[in-house]
Amino acid sequence: MIETTLDIQAIRKDFPILQREVNGKPLVYLDNAATSQTPQQVIDAIVDYYQRYNANIHRGVHTLSQEATDAYEAARQKIQRHFNIAHSHEVIFTSGTTQSINLVATGFTSFLKEGDEILVSAMEHHSNIVPWQMLCERTGAILKVIPMNLEGELVMEEYHKLLSDKTKLVFCNHVSNALGTINPIEEIIEAAHKAGAAVLIDGAQAAAHIKADLQTLDVDFYTVSAHKMCGPTGVGMLYGKEEWLKKLPPYQGGGEMIAEVTFEKTTYADLPHKFEAGTPNICGGIAFGAALDYMNSIGFDAIAQYEDELVQYATEQLLAIEGLKIYGTAAHKTSVISFNIEGVHPYDIGTIVDKLGIAVRTGHHCAQPIMDFYRIPGTVRASFSFYNTKEEVDKLVEGVTRAKNMLL
Amino acid sequence: MTIKEIQEEIIDEFSMFDDWMQRYEYMIELGKSLPLIEEQYKTDDNLIKGCQSKVWVHAELDGDKLVFTADSDAIITKGIIAILVRAFSNQKPQDIIDADVEFIDEIGLKEHLSPTRANGLVSMIKQLKLYAVAYQTQLK
Repeated sequence: MIETTLDIQAIRKDFPILQREVNGKPLVYLDNAATSQTPQQVIDAIVDYYQRYNANIHRGVHTLSQEATDAYEAARQKIQRHFNIAHSHEVIFTSGTTQSINLVATGFTSFLKEGDEILVSAMEHHSNIVPWQMLCERTGAILKVIPMNLEGELVMEEYHKLLSDKTKLVFCNHVSNALGTINPIEEIIEAAHKAGAAVLIDGAQAAAHIKADLQTLDVDFYTVSAHKMCGPTGVGMLYGKEEWLKKLPPYQGGGEMIAEVTFEKTTYADLPHKFEAGTPNICGGIAFGAALDYMNSIGFDAIAQYEDELVQYATEQLLAIEGLKIYGTAAHKTSVISFNIEGVHPYDIGTIVDKLGIAVRTGHHCAQPIMDFYRIPGTVRASFSFYNTKEEVDKLVEGVTRAKNMLL
Repeated sequence: MTIKEIQEEIIDEFSMFDDWMQRYEYMIELGKSLPLIEEQYKTDDNLIKGCQSKVWVHAELDGDKLVFTADSDAIITKGIIAILVRAFSNQKPQDIIDADVEFIDEIGLKEHLSPTRANGLVSMIKQLKLYAVAYQTQLK
């Protein structure tokens, strides 16, 4: 029995997709780290927008435009409150974490010179490696890697040694998408600041499980994708401290981001609009706000407590399968179990369990350096959300056992 | 046997199975019987891109016929490539070029034909046909 104050069966009714069948079996959705499912409350917000007040924002004087603008800016304030951000103009709407990171990486081009150093953790998603490599190519800065140990934890002594007055930026995910490790970002941020470096934390994988207090963390940049926390795809946020956002040049030129345009010179709009060129994903932004409302109505403490118990139960049950190895056994981890069975390719397991209606991810999870570190082609990754149940864990274990028996 | 005849034979074999489990179990068996590529040909050049698992294919002429050997690190993928090798190996390049692949659909593996499918069945077929085109040119 898993102890929780949540009524999981009632919560599951909020998610229409959880009622469907896959290959004739009830869907068991365990690919939440890739994208979470969408509750009716968020679907309703999307439908309501298009049915009642679809209009372009910030420009129109007509009623629909005013309503859409109000709803979009209200969503920005919801994000501000949720992450305890000082000013709403420090919340930049983006298409998601990848764009948020690229915005910062592109902007830093003018701040870096040859020989400067950028530190990135060994357990990054490709979207948090490639933009920095490109930045290094543009500026001559050097990318250095904070190593990790076999448990999938960052080696903090090495991190402290890597920091120097040459370090200008430190990038790290809050939670690793491939391993589930919760990184000690408080320590990372504090030490980087002492060395005079800025810090960007990729919160994509953490945001559905941990409510980050960005002012207390004192982080310079933090990124989130709405679709990993019950919101729609194609929208996310970049948090940046006001002082940084003022210094950073605009990312893209276009409408919305200008104050005045003549053919001789353009002056840019104030924050946050300086970084929001063109018509934004208005409906997505509003639905992002609705997703935060939904998750907060359940409560992040209760979510974290339940998910921890679920992951602990799943870990015990999976480890009972002979030959099964879990990658990522950090002391602090959340909601992700990456595993392989000796002698079996993860792709084969994924294919068989899909036939049983179970959705897991297989492959390198966009984190090839981690797979190289463990010398494996990939893993099977089961990732959990608050709407998953103990019964679903049992089905996963049953499915993996069946796959193993077929494949070996 | 012609490619068409072999394909019909494969369809016959698969028609004996009632459910997916049996089909996959048979595919796994087929995978184990795949004529394996020699280690020296397991190079990056022979690796088919677009597969989540690794697939190597080697082709060489035996008289006027093209012979395929292959391997994969995933057993289901190996089963799929074994079916393709059985249908296309030991055939004239022109016949391989002209052959259709609808039998994949008929043996209940249609889902693997989607171009976005991570196993890269489409890439595998394309690669076999590309070899046929290359050797056809050489034969001329």
